[in-house]
Amino acid sequence: MNNAVPLSAQLINLFASVILLLAFAMLAQRRVLQLINLFALQGLALGLSTVVAAVTTGQSHLYWSAGLTLVLKALLLPWILHRLVRRLHVKGEIESLINIPTTMLVGIGLVIIAFNVALPISQLSHTITRGTLGIALAVVMLAFLMMITRTKAIPQVVGFLAMENGLFLAATSATYGMPMVVELGIALDVLVGAIILGVFFFQIREQFDSLDIHHMERLKDN
Amino acid sequence: MPTLLPIDTLLIAASAWLAIGLLGLLAPRNSRFIATTLFPLGALVGMLVGFIALFSLGGSPQTAVLAIGLPDLPFHLRLDNLSAVFAMLVGFVAVGISIYAAGYFRQDEGTAPGLLCFEYHVFLASMLLVLLADDAYAFMVAWESMALSSFFLVTTNHQHAEIRRAGFLYLLIAHVGAIAILLSFGVMTANSGDFTFAGMRAQQLSPFWASVAFLLALAGFGAKAGLVPLHVWLPEAHPAAPSPVSALMSGVMLKTAIYGLLRVSFDLLHTTLWWWGVVALAVGLVTALFGVLYATVQSDMKRLLAYSSIENIGLLAVGTGLALIFHSYRMESLAALALTAVFYHCLAHAGFKSLLFLCTGSVLHATKERSLGKLGGLIHRMPWVAWLALVGVIASAGLPPLSGFVSEWLLLQSFLFSPGLPHSWLNMVVPVAAAVVALVAALAGFAMVKFHGIIFLGQMRDPSLKDAHDAGSWEKAGLVWLALLTLLLGILPSAVILRIDAATRQLLGQGLAERIGEQGWWMLAPISPERASYEPMLFLATIAASVLLGRWLVRRLYHGRMRRTTAWDCGYYFQGPRAQDTAEGFSQPIRRIFEPMFRMERHFPSARDSKPYYTVKVEDHFWHWLYLPTARLLGWVSDLITHIQGGRIAVYLTYSFFTLILLLLVARP
Repeated sequence: MNNAVPLSAQLINLFASVILLLAFAMLAQRRVLQLINLFALQGLALGLSTVVAAVTTGQSHLYWSAGLTLVLKALLLPWILHRLVRRLHVKGEIESLINIPTTMLVGIGLVIIAFNVALPISQLSHTITRGTLGIALAVVMLAFLMMITRTKAIPQVVGFLAMENGLFLAATSATYGMPMVVELGIALDVLVGAIILGVFFFQIREQFDSLDIHHMERLKDN
Repeated sequence: MPTLLPIDTLLIAASAWLAIGLLGLLAPRNSRFIATTLFPLGALVGMLVGFIALFSLGGSPQTAVLAIGLPDLPFHLRLDNLSAVFAMLVGFVAVGISIYAAGYFRQDEGTAPGLLCFEYHVFLASMLLVLLADDAYAFMVAWESMALSSFFLVTTNHQHAEIRRAGFLYLLIAHVGAIAILLSFGVMTANSGDFTFAGMRAQQLSPFWASVAFLLALAGFGAKAGLVPLHVWLPEAHPAAPSPVSALMSGVMLKTAIYGLLRVSFDLLHTTLWWWGVVALAVGLVTALFGVLYATVQSDMKRLLAYSSIENIGLLAVGTGLALIFHSYRMESLAALALTAVFYHCLAHAGFKSLLFLCTGSVLHATKERSLGKLGGLIHRMPWVAWLALVGVIASAGLPPLSGFVSEWLLLQSFLFSPGLPHSWLNMVVPVAAAVVALVAALAGFAMVKFHGIIFLGQMRDPSLKDAHDAGSWEKAGLVWLALLTLLLGILPSAVILRIDAATRQLLGQGLAERIGEQGWWMLAPISPERASYEPMLFLATIAASVLLGRWLVRRLYHGRMRRTTAWDCGYYFQGPRAQDTAEGFSQPIRRIFEPMFRMERHFPSARDSKPYYTVKVEDHFWHWLYLPTARLLGWVSDLITHIQGGRIAVYLTYSFFTLILLLLVARP
């Protein structure tokens, strides 16, 4: 396994860097529909990188995870989110708490931290995908940052889903994926989570006439 | 075929109680079925528990393992002599209270009768399981179900805000106590991971950690028992609860706390330091004196009894403390005397205090009145209740020939030997404690005279009392059973002590049986007949003879020459039942003598008031010294913490984000 095919390793690294780039793009994106498209692209890149890993290592369950990722994250979830956006009529600009350039700078700092932290862990691993662990961690943190800086509910959910992408990448890169049961469970959780959040959006809109989570501060009990 | 051991029978009895409770849930509104079938069935089970425990006394410990609960953490159960004494108490007292409850609970109690029946029987079963538990896990599960079921029983009439408040206070203090108990068990396992009591017995704790465990147990069980300063829930919860529940809580549940304290300090911990006993003795003395003083000034009959329960718990703590002091100096025969006094007082108090609480229940149902100031003269309308209450009152006042006298006499006897202690301070200070105990006994007599005199004697203070009716036949039967227990405990002390001696022997390796067994059953001389002895039958005979003689003489000398007329009225124009001594007036001398002990708000009428009135409100110092400052401090701290909770999701996310980054950096390999 150590004398891995250089091409496949390079391909995986390429996809991983695409995922990281997309994470930054999502952080900088101001429009909701574009954000969802970027999320779909990230899912696609994640699925493709898993396919490459599956072909290289010949592990059959990786095919399953790759298929699941492609169907769920590149097609189903973006479709649900698109529908939600249309039903709720929330096109247009996203307001951000911190301005975009500052967010990007913070993001770069986070990537440095993530690489630094992941370095000793990836040296322990022997998979061909081990180089991407730092990227995976960085994706998680960037998604987290996106959740913090956005004030609207839908971008926050996209951030949450993107965080799951990062976790999935970390799992495949460190250990060739989690056991199938765990992966199925997480996939189902994400799907159910997205649906429940969709229901909540309608409730929030009904209650506050807006999807700005700023209004939820009033829910605090005194 | 395997024989049915007593512990199996007790487990079956506990399950039977649970099953009866579940049956009650099946027909929640059918009060006839519940009253005439389920509660009497519960009483039968109680009888079974009492007799099984009585006959298992003196046997060797039996264990059982129940594979319920969490995986790999079964319930360990054990029936030894200590548990048997208390199981006997639970069983026999439950008989009386269950029979009474069959006649007491009505449709209009707030909670549906079926639900009440369920809570009541869960309460009984969990008390039995507390006594049988042999590991910390089973003990805490039973302990907490006991607290919860009694909480729901206390809040039966949950429509009233003050009853909900009383229930909350009870639950709060019960949980503070439960945490202390849990920590105490944690200390005693000494990191071995073995939560069985057998494992705790095997640990050799250093004196420091043993002391920590003891103090935590004293605080935890003290909160349940009502030791000062954790007593405040008792006077609130007892008046709030229906009377059979008050009887069960005061008579039986408080004793499970004493059981826990004895179990920890004599059985689970090996080392005994002399100052543990001093702490228990001091806390007990303060509790007893405090309880009895407040009992004397109450105007609500159930609050009066609640404070009297605090006093009795104080006496039990005093006895336990004394036993610990003797035990730490290896003076086991004297420790056995003090411990026997504790066991005896547990049994006696369970009997007479349940009896008195049930009597207040009958008075409450007959008159709808709890305030002493509006009662009076009820002996004419409720002779059964009045005479049976007199039995409880005499026992509670510690007068011969009833049960309370025996236990207090034993306790004072053991005090008389404290000058023999090999410690220069103790043998001077402990006799002073005996003086306080004597004072407490006298004041308890005062409180009981007030209780009985104001409710049952004199004239009716309120015209509506004319409609009062005596207790029903179920209620009478329950009261008679408890009065019989009180009487038997009073006149057969030697026989009872010979039975409970097995528990003393188990804890101390020595008992009183040899010395008492030598003498006849009619005499009780715990040390030697030359030193002090008590012949209850002689007392009974003397009292009966003098009463009969007096009656005969009066009849003989005054027969036919009796005339009824109004009493000399000192020239007052108005003479009515309201001119009798009131509850407040009766206890005024005590309020005056012990003034610094009370926090009083009084209003005196001036000479020119057209509508003069007088009020006095006696409050507990501890509210203002301890509870309100604690509550204010907690409020202040939680206000500070609320600032963190700003309500903004972004801020919450930032908290987790920074925690994540920090953890990643700290946990870097």
